[in-house]
Amino acid sequence: MAYVAVKGGERAIEAAHAWLAEERRGDPALPELSLDQIEAQLGLAVDRVMAEGACHDRGLAALAIKQARGDLIEAAFLLRAYRTTLPRFGASLPLETDAMRIRRRISATYKELPGGQVLGPTFDYTHRLLDFALAAEGGTPPPAPEAEAAPAVMPRVTGLLAQEGLMAPEASSEAEPCDLTREPLAFPAERPLRLQALARGDEGFLLSLGYSTQRGYGNAHPFVGEIRMGAVMVEFEPPELGFAIELGEITVTECQMVNQFAGTKTEPPQFTRGYGLVFGHGERKAMAMALVDRALRAPELGEPVEAPAQDQEFVLYHCDNVEATGFVEHLKLPHYVDFQSELEKIRLLRREASGE
Amino acid sequence: MVPEPALPDPPLLQAMRRRWMGLLARADAATIAARLAEAPALPPHIRLRGPETGLVMTRGRQGGDGAPFNLGEMTVTRCSVRLEDGTVGHAYVAGRDARQAELAAVLDAALQDPDRRPALLAAVIEPLAAAEAARTAREAAKAAATRVEFFTMATMR
Amino acid sequence: MTPLDSMPLTPGFADPVADAQSCFRALLEAMARPGRVQRLAALPEAPAPLSPAAAAALLTMADAETPVWTDAGPAAEAWLRFHAGCPLVARPGEAAFLLASGPMPPLAALAAGTEEEPHRSATLVLQVAALEEEEAWRLSGPGIENSHPLRVEGLPDSFLPDWAANATRFPRGVDLVLCAGPRLVALPRTTRIEEAG
Repeated sequence: MAYVAVKGGERAIEAAHAWLAEERRGDPALPELSLDQIEAQLGLAVDRVMAEGACHDRGLAALAIKQARGDLIEAAFLLRAYRTTLPRFGASLPLETDAMRIRRRISATYKELPGGQVLGPTFDYTHRLLDFALAAEGGTPPPAPEAEAAPAVMPRVTGLLAQEGLMAPEASSEAEPCDLTREPLAFPAERPLRLQALARGDEGFLLSLGYSTQRGYGNAHPFVGEIRMGAVMVEFEPPELGFAIELGEITVTECQMVNQFAGTKTEPPQFTRGYGLVFGHGERKAMAMALVDRALRAPELGEPVEAPAQDQEFVLYHCDNVEATGFVEHLKLPHYVDFQSELEKIRLLRREASGE
Repeated sequence: MVPEPALPDPPLLQAMRRRWMGLLARADAATIAARLAEAPALPPHIRLRGPETGLVMTRGRQGGDGAPFNLGEMTVTRCSVRLEDGTVGHAYVAGRDARQAELAAVLDAALQDPDRRPALLAAVIEPLAAAEAARTAREAAKAAATRVEFFTMATMR
Repeated sequence: MTPLDSMPLTPGFADPVADAQSCFRALLEAMARPGRVQRLAALPEAPAPLSPAAAAALLTMADAETPVWTDAGPAAEAWLRFHAGCPLVARPGEAAFLLASGPMPPLAALAAGTEEEPHRSATLVLQVAALEEEEAWRLSGPGIENSHPLRVEGLPDSFLPDWAANATRFPRGVDLVLCAGPRLVALPRTTRIEEAG
């Protein structure tokens, strides 16, 4: 592909950007959106931008959403660009999601389980009827009810199955995981690298792929073993201190998909896991990620690789919306020379076809 | 050589530092400053490093309990300071608040001094701990109210 | 000595961003014009035996992702770890950057990159006694129009044959930054050295 450096157009670009700024602000008679408002009232958009921008900072994500006029892929792009300007201090200790301060925790495999089913702030069971009270400036809702909190230990559902020996254990390696932001993707990609790619992958792409595995493209029979959402502590060990300290709490959503596994000559029939973990409250994304993670484990579990969701290269090369948008949108850049040669070719072919 | 300052048992000091550093990391600058208004003045300090904002790569574990993987980065602001007596204080706090990081670093240094510690614990750290406990209790109570109580008509297996 | 001065931790660059940028610019200039002495304007308060220029170069180039080897002792190690955030390694061959204040580590033992990725090689920051643009050596190669004079004091006798051997591995090889006080000179792997006279 060839591009030509084209000069000129500066004034047009400046005017376009000025108009963009005006459109972004909208009617100046209306109050301007503050970042606090975006953070508080469009929290799930903030969460999605942090997940796909692969950078946890609610304020920056809110700014990106404001600047991008609500275009969440553009906002994720802005966040990704910003993070490249910051030095990296190191890596956290792995998050301990079993110690999460639970706001939501449900299981589709066990009705009664230690700690119980906690619905949390969910859209489930709402009637999906537009609420015109909100259009009429709904005001402040009454405070949510409170109940006595049990000092709830919430063991993982996968742990309950593992106690019976029915859940395939996870590799317990403590090896330093590969990092997509430092090393280019290489295939075959190990599971930690795949999980990193999926965690920052596009929710829509993963949702459709996950859906495809349920509809027969990948032979999956998944159950939601557990979804949990809440605050986890992030711990980091600064070298100058020699002990781990708490940097703060972040909200994450975790999904454990439980899948049947027929077993092999060496392994008995048991359940296997697909795993999803995302920044913020991102239940649909965590579930889709877990479905796709399980599908991508096909080779290691001796299953045939037949469906798109099981194809590493297809999934990992195309799940990143910042990369995808870059390559799709580059098509609008000047391709004048390329196209000139195509024109000449077509004209030549037409002349030849008409026997001139 | 500087004589070693009198310190409590190192594991105990480490546990205490871990606690106050965590509480300061989860409080914002305005809250810390408001608590400091009721505490003895902090000693003068010089900045050794920062405050500067960077990233920490957060990690999860595959399947929740397996090998680590890189989940995504988070912004973190750090600061290290030295008091006149040579005590060094550190802070690493989530987010981009330079003032919070510097206050937390100075407090970490000052709190290591057994003479200053009781007043600072009482004026700053314990109130932060109490406010946090109240906040998390309220959230746990709201979660508990959404816990499903099943009324089983008959056991079906 | 006051207690403050004897504490192991001293500040790094006064203005970490601007000072590292100006040092980076000087290092770029030094690499682009081998043999020309660069004088660094902003220098950190580094513990002995680190020379100010060597300390500045390490603060500028090393970070959490570059393993560093040094022979400069515990105070320097603590300072580097704190300000550059770099991991320290025991074996010179594992380092991306090396800071030698004593005997020069053998060039052949350092990471030289691969044919596909020659940039995955080590840069040796070496403290020397003096650096002058005087006719003891004649340098030539990329970045030098004809030849450039340089005199370095404090190198081992084996330096010139070792440097010639380093060049034979091209595109693999080790790059060198020589430091004396606030001054530094770069010798990238492409620079050839002849003795003058």
